[in-house]
Amino acid sequence: MIHELSWKAVIFFSIFVGFTLGLSFWLGRKAKSSEGFFAAHGQIPWFVNGIAFAGDYLSAASFLGICGMIAFYGYDGFLYSIGYLAGWIVALFVIAEPMKRMGRFTFADALDSKFNSPGIKLAAGISTLAVSIFYLIPQMVGAGVLVQPLLALPHWVGVVLVGTIVTLIVVTAGMVSTTWVQFLKGTLLVFFSAILTWMILQKGFTVEEGGIDGHKFQSLTVTADDLANDDGTVGTLTNVDVLPTPEGWESTKQSYVHLKNRETQLTSVWHVIKPATDGDPITLTEAQTVTTLTNGNLLINGLPLGTKSGEAVLHPIGYLKSLPDGQTETGPLSPVEFFSILQKSEVVLWKSEKIKAPDTTEVSVYYQKVTSGSQVLRPGEHPTFKGIRSDKFSDKINFLSLMLALFCGTASLPHILIRYYTVKDESSARKSTIVGITSIGFFYVLTLYLGLGAMTSGSLDLSDTNMAAPLLAKSMNTWLFAAISAIAFTTVLGTVSGLILASAGAVTHDLMSSAFGIQMNDDEKVRVAKISSVFVGAIAIVLGILFKDMNVSFLVGWAFSVAASANLPSLVMILFWPRVTRQGIITAIVVGMVSSLGWILLSAEAFEKIYGLDVLKTPAIVPFSQPGIVTIPLGFLTLVVVSLMTKRREDS
Amino acid sequence: MQSRNSKIGLVLFTIYLIVYGGFVFLNAFTPETMEATPIAGLNVAILYGFALIIGAIALSGLYGFLCREKSSSNNEEPRA
Repeated sequence: MIHELSWKAVIFFSIFVGFTLGLSFWLGRKAKSSEGFFAAHGQIPWFVNGIAFAGDYLSAASFLGICGMIAFYGYDGFLYSIGYLAGWIVALFVIAEPMKRMGRFTFADALDSKFNSPGIKLAAGISTLAVSIFYLIPQMVGAGVLVQPLLALPHWVGVVLVGTIVTLIVVTAGMVSTTWVQFLKGTLLVFFSAILTWMILQKGFTVEEGGIDGHKFQSLTVTADDLANDDGTVGTLTNVDVLPTPEGWESTKQSYVHLKNRETQLTSVWHVIKPATDGDPITLTEAQTVTTLTNGNLLINGLPLGTKSGEAVLHPIGYLKSLPDGQTETGPLSPVEFFSILQKSEVVLWKSEKIKAPDTTEVSVYYQKVTSGSQVLRPGEHPTFKGIRSDKFSDKINFLSLMLALFCGTASLPHILIRYYTVKDESSARKSTIVGITSIGFFYVLTLYLGLGAMTSGSLDLSDTNMAAPLLAKSMNTWLFAAISAIAFTTVLGTVSGLILASAGAVTHDLMSSAFGIQMNDDEKVRVAKISSVFVGAIAIVLGILFKDMNVSFLVGWAFSVAASANLPSLVMILFWPRVTRQGIITAIVVGMVSSLGWILLSAEAFEKIYGLDVLKTPAIVPFSQPGIVTIPLGFLTLVVVSLMTKRREDS
Repeated sequence: MQSRNSKIGLVLFTIYLIVYGGFVFLNAFTPETMEATPIAGLNVAILYGFALIIGAIALSGLYGFLCREKSSSNNEEPRA
């Protein structure tokens, strides 16, 4: 929560940025034509392109989001890893080679290869922009979130810094420099994640009573009488008074007790675990609180936020309560033992509840929940995946819909598809996808180790799930922390540069040149592309600052749903169905895009996270949040029906 | 050659789709299956999940291998 400037991280990051910018300017001399700017002259070696796929695809959401989700909830984050990778199977087996054969600069080229229709370019260009902007927002917000622990600078500085560097990279040498940035980032990310995983396995598991700051979390066994009398003792604590329930705490989901120390006058909050049978002793476990005062200041466990005397920070968490057979330490573990031992251990997870006090201060209370390893390693614990354990059919459909969107989304993301034009032929496109799948798959296997390693590292910050992986590295070694933080930051650079380039391509080729028929020579095209890159970069900076306070990681999921619904039906059908018509493609893109977007905006997820409505009072309009299972088939159906109708008219 | 590659691609794609579909449906409709620990103390969720990732890498390698064989032996064949 309190972040100090890490010089080591600054050094790492500066070296990386300096190197990539230098490379960009040097390569920029070669990439003067539009062929060079958009497709790196098709001269990128297939192996480099394959690793660049990983650098392009493994966004901050993949790295920080998935690790954080696994660290706080267990297996569920790994479902994203599985779904994200499975999408590459569609890309390799169905899309890769025809994409390379039919297109030149943008994926709209491939859709339009048979028709030469401005309408197709317009629809595909707009869908590229919509998907890319959705994808950009969480990346830019992530940049701001990362800069705080890394450079101890405010959020907006991180956003502006990333936006500026990326725009420079793209403007200097377009696809050439973008590819090399992504190649470097992909290599570093996979390499350092592998080192971190190896260190986790070498360290093994230990049983602890608290995190790495040395604070041992207490638990008290008390009777109901203990809490009722005022003799100053509660369990093993002396000199404490039990306070009456404060205002705002009367209707909490969990029960809590407030204890005030007579000497320090400090109040601590304890989570009450009621006994199975009445009359048995009650267990109280130490909770942690973050109080947001009306003036915006924070109180941590009742004290002002800070590291000086009389101030406090949240204690780091993430530890095992027990190992199998009463062990307290395992020593180095094999990759299989890591899971089989965790399966039989008990982990202390922390859950939270928000309490609104009448004077409008808000309290987040975090309490311990001892969870068996078998529960940690099973799916269905995170709110997004609770559908798995729900009895409601619509919750199960929601889960299926999300997994379908992940499967179909990858091969429809414009910033991934343009990478097929940077290699020389279909065989290179195929080989680079295979390299991409191998490196991305290897990384996703590591995410489960990294996440669970963070869960048991004693270093987790309760208030920031995204920092799980960097903090795990910090608990091992400060140089490693510096490296991982700098890599996380460059993760944003790699993905954002791909997105900006895809957007600039859509604006220049699909919209201006084809849809609006503006005649441009090659130099003008490059100039327009550079101007649109700056423009998109500026929009990205503004959005990154505007969306600062929102948890925007769900937008990545939206981008997948919209991409799969709008783009996949046309991409697949143009390859396998000779009767596709121009009108069929245009309508399918528009219907897929509008229906998936509309569905999302009318869903419970949007009601809660965007409009801030309580879905219990204002029920959402659509029955479940994830649109894919309805809107992807709808896109296919639209394409087939419209193609059949327009064909008949043309025939007659 | 193109159509052969795309045929191989479609066959492998169908295999993966069935295996992935099996994982998703097992999760959705019999989540308790995922908790069983059939091999080496690992539960089905981890075994199946790792199999999906390693399987994707293996199938992509197989595809690359099969396509390479075809393209080297059928260079002279006219395109369909």
